Amino acid sequence: MIHSLFLVSTAGHIFLEKHWKSVISRSVCDYLFEAQGKASAPENVPPVIATPHHYLISVYRDRIFFVAVIQTEVPPLFVIEFLHRVAETFQDYFGECSEASIKDNVVIVYELLEEMLDNGFPLATEANILKEMIKPPTILRSVVNTITGSSNVGGTLPTGQLSNIPWRRTGVKYTNNEAYFDVVEEIDAILDKSGTVVFAEIQGVIDACVKLSGMPDLTLSFVNPRLLDDVSFHPCVRFKRWEAERVLSFIPPDGNFRLMSYHVNAQNLVAIPVYVKQNVSFFETGSSGRLDITVGPKQTMGKTIEDVVITVHMPKVVLNANLTTNQGTSTYDPVTKVLVWDIGKLNQQKVPNLKGSLSLQSGAPRPDENPTLNIDLRIQQLAISGLKVNRLNMFGEKYKPFKGVKYVTKAGNAGPQREQRSTFFCWNLFE
Amino acid sequence: MQRLLQLPASAVNMVKTAQGQEEAKSPVLTPDGSQATWYSAVRPDELRHLRAGGEVEDAGASAEEGANTGGQAQPLRHDDLKEMLDSNKDSLKLEAMKRIVAMMARGKNASDLFPAVVKNVACKNIEVKKLVYVYLVRYAEEQQDLALLSISTFQRGLKDPNQLIRASALRVLSSIRVTIIIPIMMLAIKDAASDMSPYVRKTAAHAIPKLYSLDPEQKEPLIEVIEKLLADKTTLVAGSVVMAFEGVCPERIDLIHKNYRKLCNLLIDVEEWGQVVIINMLTRYARTQFLNPNANEVLLEEGEEKEFYGSDEEEGKEEKVEKKKPYVMDPDHRLLLRNTKPLLQSRNAAVVMAVAQLYFHLAPKAEVGVTAKALVRLLRSHSEVQFVVLQNVATMSIKRKGMFETYLKSFYIRSTDPTQIKVLKLEVLTNLATETSISIILREFQTYIKSMDKDFVAATIQAIGRCATNIGEVRDTCLNGLVQLLSNRDELVVAESVVVIKKLLQMQPEQHSDIIKHMAKLIENIQVPMARASILWLIGEYCEHVPKIAPDVLRKMAKSFTSEEDIVKLQILNLAAKLYLTNSKQTKLLTQYVLNLAKYDQNYDIRDRARFIRQLIVPTDKGGALSKYAKKLFLALKPAPILESPFKDRDHFQLGSLSHLLNVKAGGYQELPDWPETAPDPSVRNVEVMDKRKEKKKVEKPFYSDSEDESRLTESADSDSNTGSGSESSSATEESDSGSKSEDSGGESESEQQEKPNRKNGLELLKLFWHSRVLFVCILPCSAQTISPTFSSLKTYELLHRLTGEGLAVGYCFGRQPFVRDPHMVTVQIQFTNHMDTEARNLRVREPRLQSGMRIKEFPEIEVLPPGETVTTVMGIDFCDSTQAANFQLCTHTRKFCVSIQPPVGELMAPVFMLENEFKKEQGQLMGMNEIKETLVLGEACQSDYAIVQRVTAAANVGQVPCGSDQEFAGKTMTSNSLVLVTVITKRDRTAQLTVNCEKMVIGTMLVKDILHALSQ
Repeated sequence: MIHSLFLVSTAGHIFLEKHWKSVISRSVCDYLFEAQGKASAPENVPPVIATPHHYLISVYRDRIFFVAVIQTEVPPLFVIEFLHRVAETFQDYFGECSEASIKDNVVIVYELLEEMLDNGFPLATEANILKEMIKPPTILRSVVNTITGSSNVGGTLPTGQLSNIPWRRTGVKYTNNEAYFDVVEEIDAILDKSGTVVFAEIQGVIDACVKLSGMPDLTLSFVNPRLLDDVSFHPCVRFKRWEAERVLSFIPPDGNFRLMSYHVNAQNLVAIPVYVKQNVSFFETGSSGRLDITVGPKQTMGKTIEDVVITVHMPKVVLNANLTTNQGTSTYDPVTKVLVWDIGKLNQQKVPNLKGSLSLQSGAPRPDENPTLNIDLRIQQLAISGLKVNRLNMFGEKYKPFKGVKYVTKAGNAGPQREQRSTFFCWNLFE
Repeated sequence: MQRLLQLPASAVNMVKTAQGQEEAKSPVLTPDGSQATWYSAVRPDELRHLRAGGEVEDAGASAEEGANTGGQAQPLRHDDLKEMLDSNKDSLKLEAMKRIVAMMARGKNASDLFPAVVKNVACKNIEVKKLVYVYLVRYAEEQQDLALLSISTFQRGLKDPNQLIRASALRVLSSIRVTIIIPIMMLAIKDAASDMSPYVRKTAAHAIPKLYSLDPEQKEPLIEVIEKLLADKTTLVAGSVVMAFEGVCPERIDLIHKNYRKLCNLLIDVEEWGQVVIINMLTRYARTQFLNPNANEVLLEEGEEKEFYGSDEEEGKEEKVEKKKPYVMDPDHRLLLRNTKPLLQSRNAAVVMAVAQLYFHLAPKAEVGVTAKALVRLLRSHSEVQFVVLQNVATMSIKRKGMFETYLKSFYIRSTDPTQIKVLKLEVLTNLATETSISIILREFQTYIKSMDKDFVAATIQAIGRCATNIGEVRDTCLNGLVQLLSNRDELVVAESVVVIKKLLQMQPEQHSDIIKHMAKLIENIQVPMARASILWLIGEYCEHVPKIAPDVLRKMAKSFTSEEDIVKLQILNLAAKLYLTNSKQTKLLTQYVLNLAKYDQNYDIRDRARFIRQLIVPTDKGGALSKYAKKLFLALKPAPILESPFKDRDHFQLGSLSHLLNVKAGGYQELPDWPETAPDPSVRNVEVMDKRKEKKKVEKPFYSDSEDESRLTESADSDSNTGSGSESSSATEESDSGSKSEDSGGESESEQQEKPNRKNGLELLKLFWHSRVLFVCILPCSAQTISPTFSSLKTYELLHRLTGEGLAVGYCFGRQPFVRDPHMVTVQIQFTNHMDTEARNLRVREPRLQSGMRIKEFPEIEVLPPGETVTTVMGIDFCDSTQAANFQLCTHTRKFCVSIQPPVGELMAPVFMLENEFKKEQGQLMGMNEIKETLVLGEACQSDYAIVQRVTAAANVGQVPCGSDQEFAGKTMTSNSLVLVTVITKRDRTAQLTVNCEKMVIGTMLVKDILHALSQ
């Protein structure tokens, strides 16, 4: 399966290598660099590269390429999923997954990788098990370790490895027993220039932070489970119960985890919480153009819209922008050609507006496309689909836990999710 | 070259101090002259190490200075590390090990520290030990002899009472790639395979492929170990051992037989990585063991346009009837499909993909659709995941277009997608385009053409071209749209459009002379050479359609000939030649002018072409032999290019595999075998019941898989043998209820005879049930002649007792197969037994007295029934959806007997194939008065799901909804085709709720009664 792993920074520096079988020279990464040279952005590097003797399967995350070297047939998703799991583990251990943090903790990284793969086949990937074997670094622990000479590595087999619930360790104890659930929803929509919805969907996740002693058995029920169209679960959720009763019944892992992710079936009924009026035009004569964008709240169910950021990818010929706004700040980066307008909160009274002129490269032809707008926003205390948690019951333990549910609506976390798309000159023949 | 440079002096020093340990890592570099002086101090076998490190020797000359100055720092630090490793303090050792590991991570060679490190293999500090293991595994291959020093530690570790230590000792021992220890490894693996701890057994499974890669000679003994571990009942081991199986002996499919059902049942509890491997292996296994569920579809596809999934299920079925292709899905095949389905909800993309490919390769086409939703979900994941999933969706969407149709919009492209994702989405959209969806897809494409990503724009234009070729209705619209694009400001767009238009026009040039004219005009404005060349080729090829314009274009091109690009020049020559052949009057001079220009061109290709054309077309005195064929050569009818998906036919690779993604066979790829013509013996998968029961106790109770599901096979086998007598007696009483006049030993012995073989083996019975109940699609070629009683589990009723019949005994049962000649009729199998000592002649039906609307299709007359013989025949009765008896006379050559057949309500229906969501939908429409609900207490013998299915399908001829969450059954009445839906929801306390939805309330009520009766026994 996975033969070797290389971690490569965007600059092309191989800063970590680990081999599970015979050593493979790091020169295989040259094929990656070659592909990187061809691609316009690191995201565009193909995830699977075939070389004469090996196959490189890579994942680009947090400005690092995780490159796995494969020699024989293996499902590519298997490797990709595993590499992401590695990145998540680092994130979990070091708070961030970056070149610096990996270099600082290289020994722990090595110990982790050693436990995660045996002969290239995943061995222990559950965070709870790993943490029992290799304790995450904390300042306190490193101080204690240097004084007492104790180590970060556990000497007994983690109980999770053997039990039927590998995700939970035994003997968990807390003084305050708490369980928090965050219902986070993302709107993903494509609108055309007139504001008509081309495509819209809501995806959500329930992230949990459960700090409960012992072996609690939780049941989470919804007021309106019918909203959920497609779901995927953490392995702890009992699928049969969900099928039969539409409740989430599970013995939770200890700590933070993603309980489920779901998709809401609403087709075109998604209420887009803001409206945007945009007018970007480039003049035929003289190398200039004008831009005018207005944003306002719409259908917010009484909640405030926060953290509104509008990003516009300008055509290459736009040299600079001279813009004024009545709210927030706007910046234009002439190198990447990205205009960012950070608005902040949306008020009912004042409608944010950004307008001004654009200067174009002289002599270049007028760009015939209108730029796309990406809108980022956040609404606290609201799940836009209307999903509501009904109650959380606990069995198996005597104490009374503290429970909390939080709702957040976002416009995507990984990159902008909402686009204001402009239609271009009329193509009547296609109608 | 990162080896350290050391002064000879320090090396000698080191040799002295570390006798026997340190030599290996001294990559001494000295000028050739001085080498000998201290080499002599080293024993011969140590010399080998020194020479092994000799890669650096070429740098020898400068080594002395280097070592004196810059090189000094490193050796010092290494000495430092050695000192720390030799110290007594664990903390120092740990620090040293950490630094060494950091060196390894950075790719620095730390092999010269091997002797110092290997000493610490027995260190008490567990972290030091672990780091030493890491080091050892990395460098043992290079330092084989020294690595042997550590072996005894591991051998001791293998016997440690702590399972973690046993496991890690085996892990490291098997990871050391030193050939001398192969026998030790083999022994250790064998021991560990029967270890008490499942964790150690898992490690043993991991060690198998390691040893195999080290020494393929060990294959046979390793297969024995694999066989042993495959029989392991713990979920922990299952994934790892299947991995070993795939690595060592994927061709030994026979090892899987006995473990097949166990693997299917354990699957949901196996850790996610193991699930992927097991599912992939089982896909291959199923391909060799079961029949193609879509065999009929293949036949249909050959004949006519393929139908899309779900579009005409009914029609498809009827056609199957006509073809009389019996297909029976093996219960084990169904088991696999059912047990993998919940895994579509896994958070692990690889698991979801594995299930999707399993369904794609194994499921009946109507069921493949269930995976679409999960695959679309993966499109919201990381872009790498999207990339792989889209590749697979692209392949699937060619074969099973219907399955993604509803998710069309999910494949819309975002401006933020990476280019490779955009192109793949485009591919999928193109594959999904149908007459109905093409208009919105084209509108979407218009937007994409405006993108700033030019590669993507070009791909879009090609996609439009493909849509146009695939869907005839929009060809003109697309063509017009593309022509519009010709006036686009971006040359790349224009050029790509011209190329695509050229291909489209080739398909039907006659109708599009106006477009050709339009393009002729464009030649003045378009500068992109490829586009110009394409236009010229078009005009030349179809010059007969534009007789006036073509010469004019040639005139213009002749003018600008010298300044054109090479490919354009070549096309000008082609155009000239073609025109010369068709219209020499107008173009003779022009052609010669062009040819003359070309004669002095700088490019030899063009000069060659000009010479060639001149010889061919211009008549000369010598009269070249070819010139009379010139017209044929130049104006031959050229086949239109086929625009097809690059993903076509990729499905011969197993989906989700690396080979599929690259479209090249990767090393170690196992071909997906073709379905067998006839199914191999299914009994190979049977496991001895006794055996199972014994071992069952040992199995830890798996956590989440449905316990019933889990031990379903065992349990049902148990319950069958336990309650065998009970059910028998009940059937006996029913028999007497159902209308025979007197009880006699004869009848009973007959039924006993039938049940006897079943009792022998519970599993056998189980299989029969599957065949007869669940797999309703089976259609046997029924002829009016004798039919062997295939379904021995069917209940037999008495029609004529042998005493009343004066020696002629007649029994009947409901065959549950569709009556071939009339779909509304219930098939009744009638069995005549002649107990007389003379032969019975002319057995036939006479004077049926029937309720209005009822019809009867008699069996063909049986001419002779010799004494002691038994014959079976089939008749059809349309009961008009009522339980009224059908009365008729049964005649022999001497006597007449009045008999009647009264059907139980459950026989008035036929199973319907339905998916769960359809079922729910239909159920929603049959609420209120049409719904009857009853709560019941389940009988002793009906505790398991399986027993319930068995009882319900025995009571009524309905089919179970595959993969349903509850026990759901669907059927439709024979005459009026009204749906009958049965749901059984089991509660915890042995109660269950029975719901019957049926438009015909009478039938519903009676059915509820019957099923209640069946379940509460």
